[in-house]
Amino acid sequence: MNGQAANELLVASGISKRFGGVQALRDVSLALRRGEVCGLIGPNGAGKTSFFNVLTGLYSADQGQVIFDGQPLPLGVPHRIAGLGIARTFQNIRLFGAMSALENVMVGRHARLHSGVLGAVLRTAATRREEAQTEARAHDLLRYVGIDRLANHQATHLSYGDQRRLEIARALATEPKLLALDEPAAGMNATETAGLRALIEKLRADGLTVLLIEHDVKLVMGLCDRVAVLDYGEKIAEGIPELVRRDPRVISAYLGTELNDA
Amino acid sequence: MSATNARLKSRLGIALIAVALAVLPFVVGAGFGNSWVRIIDFALLYIMLALGLNIVVGFAGLLDLGYIAFYAVGAYLYALLSSPHLAQAFPALFAAAPGWPVWLVLPLGAGLAGLCGVLLGTPTLKLRGDYLAIVTLGFGEIIRIFLNNLNAPANITNGPQGINNIAAVHIGGHALNRPLELFGIVLPGVHLHYYFFLALTLLVIFVCVRLQDSRLGRAWVAIREDEVAARACGINTRNVKLLAFGLGATFGGVAGGLFASFQGFVSPESFGLLESIMVLCMVVLGGMGHIPGVILGAVLLALLPEALRWGAVPMQQSLFGKVLIDPESLRLLLFGVALVLVMRWRPEGLWPSALRRRELSTHAADGA
Amino acid sequence: MDIFIQQIINGLVLGSIYALVALGYTMVYGILGLINFAHGEVVMIGALTALTAIGLLLPAGLPGPMLVLAGLLIAIPVCMAVGFTVERIAYRPLRHAPRLAPLITAIGVSIVLQQLAMIGWGRNYHTFPALLPTAPHQFAGAAITDLQIIIVLTAAVLMAGLVWLVNRTRLGRAMRATAENPAVARLMGVDVDRVISFTFVLGSALAAVAGVMVAANYSIAHYAMGFMLGLKAFTAAVLGGIGNLGGAMLGGLLLGIIESLAAGYIGDLTGGFLGSHYKDVFAFFVLILVLVFRPSGLMGEKVAERA
Ligand SMILES: Nc1ncnc2c1ncn2[C@@H]1O[C@H](COP(=O)(O)OP(=O)(O)OP(=O)(O)O)[C@@H](O)[C@H]1O
Ligand SMILES: [Mg+2]
Repeated sequence: MNGQAANELLVASGISKRFGGVQALRDVSLALRRGEVCGLIGPNGAGKTSFFNVLTGLYSADQGQVIFDGQPLPLGVPHRIAGLGIARTFQNIRLFGAMSALENVMVGRHARLHSGVLGAVLRTAATRREEAQTEARAHDLLRYVGIDRLANHQATHLSYGDQRRLEIARALATEPKLLALDEPAAGMNATETAGLRALIEKLRADGLTVLLIEHDVKLVMGLCDRVAVLDYGEKIAEGIPELVRRDPRVISAYLGTELNDA
Repeated sequence: MSATNARLKSRLGIALIAVALAVLPFVVGAGFGNSWVRIIDFALLYIMLALGLNIVVGFAGLLDLGYIAFYAVGAYLYALLSSPHLAQAFPALFAAAPGWPVWLVLPLGAGLAGLCGVLLGTPTLKLRGDYLAIVTLGFGEIIRIFLNNLNAPANITNGPQGINNIAAVHIGGHALNRPLELFGIVLPGVHLHYYFFLALTLLVIFVCVRLQDSRLGRAWVAIREDEVAARACGINTRNVKLLAFGLGATFGGVAGGLFASFQGFVSPESFGLLESIMVLCMVVLGGMGHIPGVILGAVLLALLPEALRWGAVPMQQSLFGKVLIDPESLRLLLFGVALVLVMRWRPEGLWPSALRRRELSTHAADGA
Repeated sequence: MDIFIQQIINGLVLGSIYALVALGYTMVYGILGLINFAHGEVVMIGALTALTAIGLLLPAGLPGPMLVLAGLLIAIPVCMAVGFTVERIAYRPLRHAPRLAPLITAIGVSIVLQQLAMIGWGRNYHTFPALLPTAPHQFAGAAITDLQIIIVLTAAVLMAGLVWLVNRTRLGRAMRATAENPAVARLMGVDVDRVISFTFVLGSALAAVAGVMVAANYSIAHYAMGFMLGLKAFTAAVLGGIGNLGGAMLGGLLLGIIESLAAGYIGDLTGGFLGSHYKDVFAFFVLILVLVFRPSGLMGEKVAERA
């Protein structure tokens, strides 16, 4: 394997996905380098979330394959993909509503833990150790995203911004190599967005690779090392933010929308 | 200082409960007669059943409408292995009732019920939840149809008449349905069954509590709350659901075996859809997913028919001069109404879990 | 007599009834994503209401077919009212509740309706009077009665009417829009609540007719008759592809035929081990097989759950 390939954490090639009459993704290829923050933008309905769903196994792809960390991803099998190291958040927040914030994060540890029925019932030394570590780890992660004081609050009753942070903490609990964030700033006010930006910077500094869907152009352009643009299910541009912004196809795809706000 | 105080208090509380549970049959027996002790014994069986269903419905959020079928499997296996029926129906194969010891027969019934659960769950659990409801409903009916009709050409279940002469559980050579004299106190059969059932109920509660605060328990609730997110968190939802389904069925199988031994006979009538619904009612009314709530629900609904017989019949007689609605349909009617009302007004049940309760009260405080 | 042809005929009759009931399940499921467990009870209420009405009208000395028609004309509005009320007071408040809640409510409603019927009509089986000509005609070596012909024809006409209504009328368009996406339908000016009410009412009307058909066909009605029938009709809806009208019809007919054939031949197939009292088991096996091998049904299209 050459140096270029070793530097790539994920290589998706030729991904296509169709829903009835809608071609949500058409032959989309994208490579992510280790440690980068890559933006994925595009108008509404461009297929960004569908691409995430394919990467994380929630949808199977009609065509195409993904190599992650040197091995092919088992597309369509989300729990194995999570185990391999891709974690995500959802555009329309999906927390475990009846659970506390702490428990939400502890669920994120599931794939990294081992105790089964017998261990749970007999509460063996190994299980107790594992549980204690899980709880401590969950608190660490809540602290990391800045909401440890809310550890015992029910997830549904957190504020919007805190729910987004909790989702990130839960995703981090799976020990991902790649974190995929689907519009994390949607619905946030300016202060919350600034906090989120700081959090993503911190993740990057800690060496995590991040794939970020975002409509907030200022955030994307300011934060991302590279940006890819989807339109009608096709990738129409990819590169450093300054170039992508001037790309005529991107401008026409976004014609009349908020791209020039940046 | 205060921590040891609190611990002392909780120890004291446990001791008090233990004493209360220990003397309960004597108090009830003396106050209301031993038929009420029998009712309490049945209530204990219902607690086990409801806790088993609670794993499936309450924890994992899978609506199982044929749960009683697993109870039937446990009951019939016990009945076949502990009655002369097989020897009578197949004299060539069985010389006498197998008469295996209870510690073998009960786990066998539990295992068989669990296996049925897994076999039924494997093809269906990857489907959407509401399909599961209908498949389990059908499964419950099918089991009943087979129990009703497997008396010919080979008489396996003895059809609608059911199987009788089922031996009671023997412990240390003593049959639990016969009185036992201990330190000068005579313990009637219903008392002995009470202690035996109580011990097993406590075991079931213990297992449920342990499962609830475990990796598995969290995974169940996660699936219940949001299956897609649970998968994205690395949970193999199919296996985890199957485990819930199988464990729930196992508990049902144990309770079924105990039921057969206690009643001394079993017939398909005890395993209809309405029984499944009743157990579901216990879980829903008490508080889905909350163990103390489910226990409360089971006790309340187990006592309900007696209360109705005791209250509703004389009341109707004095009001209308005759019984317009017999206690049985009144009971079912109340179940149906309870399901509808609870879902509408109090989905968390009569005794919601602490987290929800705290949240509800803080919300009330915020609102005020 | 040709047993095979005979069982096919019986299956078609049974299947027409299943299809009518299955339509009720499928329409509600298509729009609300809810299995309306109480639908089978509506069928039962239809049968028993018609039976009572006919009993009351019997002394008037009307001819048999008129009596049945009168019974139907009373049963249909009663069932429509039941369907409307159930949706209004039990399901509507739960429109945004977690998935389990409306399902449990549906079970509750089913029990309530069944027990109310038991209180009203008693535990006994009621004989449905033979008001329609049942003299058999010979047909391809098998027998078919006028009653059976009437059942199949009525079901066909009703289904054709339903297809017309859904595809050609404003209301039908609103139904389809709501099934597609309630939020968008609402934005486009569809009164979603009214459409849902209408769906329940329409399904209940079909259920009433089906109830009278079952009662007439088997000459019997009973407060618990709706349960198995509902289960089978639901199976038919799943078999055809739930949410799909054509699927419900196809599924109903197929299930009826499968069941008749199986009941006719099971004894031979199992060497006498299983008899025809196992016929209720087949629907269930069909259900499991469909769910395992083709959960979207024969005519449904695969849809991924939105993530
Ligand atoms: N499960 C599904 N079933 C049917 N169509 C779907 C499904 N998921 C996505 N689509 C369709 O695929 C297309 C792409 O949707 P997607 O959600 O991926 O867009 P997006 O870029 O994330 O848009 P947005 O910015 O609005 O979130 C849309 O037309 C959408 O309606
Ligand atoms: Mg999106």
